[in-house]
This record gives sequence, C-alpha cells and structure tokens, in this order.
Amino acid sequence: MSGHTPTRRAPLLTIYSVLVFIFIYLPVAVLMLYSFNRDGVGGFPPRHLTLEWYRLLFADAPIWDAVGNSLIVAAGSVALSLTLGLLAALALDRATFPGKALFRRLVLLPLILPGIITGLSLLMFAVFAGAQLSLLTVFLGHGTALISVATTELFAGLQKMDHAQEEASLDLGATPWQTFWRVTLPNLKLSLIAAGLLIFTLSMDEIAVSFFLIGRDNTLPLEIWGRLRRGITPEINAVSTLIFAVSVALIVIWYRVRTRGLGSDAQELLERLQQDA
Amino acid sequence: MSSAAANPQHQVSAAREALLELRGVAKRFGAREVLKNISLNIASGEFLTLLGESGSGKTTVLRLVAGFEQPSAGEIWMRGQRLDTLPAYKRRVNTVFQHYALFPHLSVRENVAYGLRVQKTSATEIGGRVDESLRMVKMQEFAASRPSKLSGGQQQRVALSRAIVNRPLLLLLDEPLSALDANLRKQMQSELKALQRELGITFLFVTHDQEEAMALSDRIALLRNGALEQVASPREIYAHPATAYTAQFIGQTNLLRGEILDGRAKCGALQWPTDGPSGAAIFSLRPEAIRLASDAVAPPGTARFRAALQQQFFSGASELLEVDCGGGQLLRVRIPARGPLSGEHEFVFSAAEAIRVQE
Amino acid sequence: MYSRAYKTLVSLPPLLWVGLFLLLPYALMFAHSFWAVHEGVLVHQWNLHNYVTLFSKPVYLGVLLRTMRIAASVTLCSLLLGYPLAYYLSFHARARKELLYQLVIVPLWVSYLVRGYAWKTILGSEGVLNGFMQYLHFTHAPVAFLLYSPFAVVLMLTHIYTPFVFLPIYAALEHIPRPLVEASHDLGAGSVQTFLRVILPLSIPGLLAGATFAFVLSLGDFLAPLLVGGASGTMIANVVQSLFGAAYDLPLGAAISVCILIITISLLFLSERLEKRWSFK
Repeated sequence: MSGHTPTRRAPLLTIYSVLVFIFIYLPVAVLMLYSFNRDGVGGFPPRHLTLEWYRLLFADAPIWDAVGNSLIVAAGSVALSLTLGLLAALALDRATFPGKALFRRLVLLPLILPGIITGLSLLMFAVFAGAQLSLLTVFLGHGTALISVATTELFAGLQKMDHAQEEASLDLGATPWQTFWRVTLPNLKLSLIAAGLLIFTLSMDEIAVSFFLIGRDNTLPLEIWGRLRRGITPEINAVSTLIFAVSVALIVIWYRVRTRGLGSDAQELLERLQQDA
Repeated sequence: MSSAAANPQHQVSAAREALLELRGVAKRFGAREVLKNISLNIASGEFLTLLGESGSGKTTVLRLVAGFEQPSAGEIWMRGQRLDTLPAYKRRVNTVFQHYALFPHLSVRENVAYGLRVQKTSATEIGGRVDESLRMVKMQEFAASRPSKLSGGQQQRVALSRAIVNRPLLLLLDEPLSALDANLRKQMQSELKALQRELGITFLFVTHDQEEAMALSDRIALLRNGALEQVASPREIYAHPATAYTAQFIGQTNLLRGEILDGRAKCGALQWPTDGPSGAAIFSLRPEAIRLASDAVAPPGTARFRAALQQQFFSGASELLEVDCGGGQLLRVRIPARGPLSGEHEFVFSAAEAIRVQE
Repeated sequence: MYSRAYKTLVSLPPLLWVGLFLLLPYALMFAHSFWAVHEGVLVHQWNLHNYVTLFSKPVYLGVLLRTMRIAASVTLCSLLLGYPLAYYLSFHARARKELLYQLVIVPLWVSYLVRGYAWKTILGSEGVLNGFMQYLHFTHAPVAFLLYSPFAVVLMLTHIYTPFVFLPIYAALEHIPRPLVEASHDLGAGSVQTFLRVILPLSIPGLLAGATFAFVLSLGDFLAPLLVGGASGTMIANVVQSLFGAAYDLPLGAAISVCILIITISLLFLSERLEKRWSFK
C-alpha cells in the first residue's frame, strides 16, 4: 500500500525549510541580479539594468583564454582519470594483489583530504622532479585527484553488473579482449558518461589544487580569483552567472543520464566515500 | 456482491457485543478506489480473518483501523466511540507488522517496554508487565538481545509480545506468518491460536493464505477488489460458497457451468436432479465430493458418470485425479490413496454436493 | 574466470600511477616535515624541530584553535540548517520530495568560487546587505564588521556545506523503514516522542557523516578566509599557504599539513567507528 502514516501539517518546520532554501539560493540569486546592475556590485536597490557587463565580458580576452585553458585541462582530466579509474575499478573488482585495501583508500584520499594538502604535496613533487609549473602540472594534478571520482563511479557500475553476462560471452567463444569491448564496456556506458560529466564539472571549478600547481597560464577560476584580489566589478558577477548557468545545464544532463536507470545517485556516492574513508 | 445480510452466521456473531464496527468505509488513493463501501462488525473476543489476494484491500482495512490511513468515506467505531478521528497513538489497538518492524536500536526488552514507556507507565509496572509478556511468548531469555540477532520466528514472538503488553482491545496482525518457513508457520499458527484463547483479545488477522485463514479463524471475511465477497465461518464458507470466486479461492473446486431444465441440472456429460429454477446456472463441486462408484446402480439423488483417467497426483493420504468425462470436460476428483489407476472408471457424487453459486 | 594477465594488465597501470603521483607526493610532504630550512636552503636533516616549533609557539596553536572553533561553528550551523531540512523532505514533503531533493543537490555542483564570491558582494561595506539596510533606514552608515571576520567565514562555509550535511542525513532518514514510525505511533507515541526515540537515534550515522564532512572540509579550507575572512579570520591552512609562499619555510608548512592530515584521518576513523556503533543492520 502506498500511503505513509498520515503526517500532521508541520507549519513551523515548513517555514523553517523555506528559509533554509532561501539561504541556499539567495546569494547566487543576488549575484545574478547584480550582474545586470550598471552601478556596481553593491548598493540597494539595483538600478539601471544593463547588459554592459556581459558586453565587457565577451570582449575580455584574458577571460576567454582562461576558459580555453580550463576546457583543455578539464577534457584532459576526463580522459586521464576515466582511463585510470576504469582500470582501477576493474582491479578492485576482479584482481587480488598485496596492498589492495591500502590502494583503495589511497585512491580516494584526494576527495577526502583538504585540497591544500593534495595541492602542496603535488607541488613538492613537481619541485622535487624539477618540473616547470604549467597547465600540464595542473592537468596532471586534476587527472590524478579525480581518479577517485572515476573509480568510485565505475566500481559501483561494475558491482551492479551481472557477471554472468561476461561468462556467457566467454562461453560463446569470445576472447577476454572481445568480451571487454563487447560486453563489459557497453554495460558501463552510463557510469562512464556520468563519471565523465562529474569529473569535467569538478575540474572546471577546481581551485584549491590548481592554486599551487598553476604556471603562467590561468584556468578560469584562478583568473577570477586573481581579479577578486584587485577589486570586484559586476563583470565578475556576469562570468559567475554564466558559470552557474553552465553548471546547472551540466547537472541537468547528468541527472538525465542517471535517471535512465544505471549508475548511482550523488548521495550513494557520498555514502560510499564515507564507507571507504 | 455484499453477502453480509444474506449470511445467517454473520448475524449470529454480530448479535454478540460488537467491538469494532466498520460503517460504509471506503478508501481511495488518488483515482484508485482501494476499498468500496465496507461494512463489517467484529465481535469481542473473535478471531476474524481478512482474506484476499494481493491488491484486494485487506491490508488497507487493517491500516484504517490502526490509524495509519484515513477513510475517504464511512466511519469506524469501537465500543460505541468514533475511532477513525483519533490519531494512531490514541487508539487502544496494536499491530503486529508484516516484517515485525522491531526497533533495531533497542533491545528485545526495550522494544517490548516501548509502548508502556511512551505512555508514562511507572517503572515497576513496566518491569512486571514486560516480563509477563515475554514469558507468554517464551522469549524471556532473549530480553537483552538486539532484534538483528534473532531468527525470524523469534522476531515474530517479540513483535507479538510488544503488541500485547499494551493490553489492546483489538490486535491487528498483518500477514505475520508470511515470512516464516512452512514448519515454523504451522507451529506459530497453533501458538497464536492458544495465545488468543489465553488473552481473550480480539484478533483481526490479515492473510492471503486460505489454509491459514481456515485453520485459525472464527470467521473469514473474503475481500475481492476492495469489496466484501463473503463473511462466514470457515466451515460455512467452504461448504456453502456464495460465489464462484469464493468457491475457487477457498479450497479446490470444480466449477460446472450448465443449465437447469425441468428439475434437472445438465452440464456437459453430467446430469443430476435439482430443485432450482430453470435457466443458466453455475455449480461448485468439491473434488472430494466425487467418489469411485462401488455399486452397479446409482442410488436416487446421485449422479453417476464414466470418465477416463488423464493424470494422477499422489499426495500421501489422498490422491487427486484429473478425469475426462467426455468431450474434453475435465474434472478433478480427490479419493483416498489407493494405488495407480488407469483407463475408464465409473464415478458418482451426491446431487446435494453440487452447490449452486453466483457468478 | 579472469586470467593472471588480465589482472596484471588492469592492476599495474593504476597502481604505478597512484604510487608515483599520489603516494610519493604525500610521502614527500611527510618527509619534508622532518627537514629544515637554513638561510633559504632546504637541508635534508631528520629532526622533530618543526613539530616542536608548531606546538611551542602560541601563534600557531592560536590559529589552530581558532580554526577548530570556526570548523565547529560551521558544523553546528550546517547541522542546524541541514537536519530539519532533511527531516522535512523525508517526512513531510510528499509529492514535492523529488524536486526539492534535486534543488538541494544542485548547489553542490555549483562553483565554490561563485558561491563564496556572492557572499563577498553581499557582506561588504559597499555591499548589498548594507545597501539594503540603509535603504530601509535600519542603519545610516555602512556596517563594516560583516565582511572580513570569522563570522563571514562561518557564514560562507555554512552556506557551502549545508547541502553536504543534508545529503547523508537525508539518506539515513530515507533508510528508516516507515513501518518503524508506524509501529511507534501504534504503540502510543506521538510525533515528538517518535522523533526522539526512533527517528533521531536511527539517523545518527547520517548525522555523524554529515558533521564529519563539514568539520573536515572546513578545517583545511584556505580560500574562504582569503575571500571573506580578513586578518581576524585567518585559518591554519592560510598559515601553511604563507609558509610555502612569502615566508618560505616548506618544512614547517609540511609539518602543519601533516597535523591537518592526521586530524582529518583520525576524525574520519573515529566517525566511521561511531557510525558502526550506531548502525543496526
């Protein structure tokens, strides 16, 4: 039967929850609103609505260079962490090797530890290895840190997969290699897409690790960060609004992929992280 | 059909003090009508079973009485007081849940004490009553255990103990035995029945298992698509099913669709005398009502026919035969076990055993 | 069913990569914490000097304590906002549940920087809040203490971590079998008793997970203080960051990092233990 216990109306709780929602959304709403305000980021009420800041933004070459850099880093990170994450998930699912438990925890550390620790460790490693800081080091940092996300997602996908399918494939005469391409990978398709989108979003937004690994070329968050130190203008509101819009668009796609049935939920992801920690 | 009025047994029971009354109760979930105009009385001390397939609305009746759902129409009364307007926690009704719903963070003892604690019973009284209640279900030695450490049968006992310790006027049991294996189930059935006698509490029991319903109940209320099909004692409902559905749901039967003409019922190859009015008719003929004919001639008031054996299923004390009485008309016959049979045989049944039922 | 070659092929690359790019860097950080800097040059000499400095100089301990206080405040505030919200969604939102759930999740994936920056524009002395208050004539001059204070850091981090805290609590509440709540009502407990005796105890693992997230993530944050904290809102990670930058004392910075790491891992470990104790599967 579908019903729950008839819960009495809880007006106070409802009002409180509405207030929490306002707290969560108001800052971003304000920020968006002031991206159309001619007179700057503060003051009340906003007057003289204008698209001037967006015009400035679109003419702002360093911002778009940074967007390009971020896209390159994010795309590279997706490729790197998905490849290694897929192998790691297969290893955790199917192989036994000494230090497996340690390996599982180690992979997840960048998700659990404060970004500054991972960022500084990688910086020390770069210095130690004599590497020049550049977009390459940022890409290696992101790609490595986000293996955690790929591994978690894909491992969950593997666990949900029916292993009899692979046995059937081998039974029907396919080689392990053919089985991997024709059975295993197609089964993981949705997990791969979901993980890819997530890694892409996280890399585009990442700031704590990039902060330490960045060379001369900025990623978008670091370009904005740099400008914040010099004083704020509604142009930053405008770029933030666009980032917000793109993030939400990606989330919608991500949920579409999710709700088609495979993969896990964001909450499951967090739970698993917690368990693995 | 609602056969409450057509059923003499029901009126006898209702004449006793009615503990619980459902008056024209209906329940809708959105556009779905789950219960339609249910009127039912439960007498004090009675063991009444709500029997039905899944989706028949039996659990909904229970949840309405417990207070987990509100009726969309109608009223529920208990001992002359309106019940359906009270919240669940103010009703003197307790429930044994289908999967027990034991609190996993509390020990067995704390589970049983829960109802008394929240009602601010004194500590000394709680102690005594909890011990007594655990003793009744033979679970004293597990008082300190967590529910997760118990077997299904033991959890069942704790759930029972937790409900009866509150001395409810009415105990609701929602398929309490469905999660147990067959042997344990039989044992728990007998213990439940004994407990009910000992406590004198009225039981409203929900099950989809007709054998269980027959074994335990004083009366059975058979639900079909949210309406009462028939309410009667197990013997009555078995011997005199009111409808074809009831006849098929309770026990096994042969449904014979035929017609009555001039005092004779005709159904394929079978014919027997009957006093019903002429016209199309359906009869229910239990397999055990048919015997292998021993005499050469059929005595008056019986029907005799020749049929070819198709299948034979041995089941210990008896065996079930599937026979073809000609033209593909199959009948099931239950006879005492007597060894392998084959070929054609003569069968006989008493005309009085062919019960006329409604569609 | 999988051959030795298959297993080696899938295990070796991630093992090597993670060993080289994660284990080695973390180990390097650990090693640095036992080295020293003399006249701007790193000396590979093993000693506990950095840890002694860290625990003997009040300035470091002071910042560490303030960081803990801020992290604890963030945790408490996030719980106070996140728990009732999760409870509302799980038990009262009915048909709107799914939509509202998504609405809480969305900000999780929205840029940290965007959300932090929003607070900067709101709290500043030229900011939206001050403009609003003057517009309503609550105040006549801008209120300056809002931005660049520990308060602003707590506010910003609470805003960021409330959805984080909400998630595991909501998951825990959703996992409570509804028949348990019905059983409680059935046995005579009203809503408040049912909450205190059944729902709250059964949601403790989620509550612990959420609290741990909020605390650990706040503890190592260095961006919020830079953005809205000002001098009085400096946290321990800022000290690390400055030791790696202007103040150039890598070993001391590494030692502080190791301390943060140890605190983080111990808290995660402790929380995992407590969660096990409070889960009754």
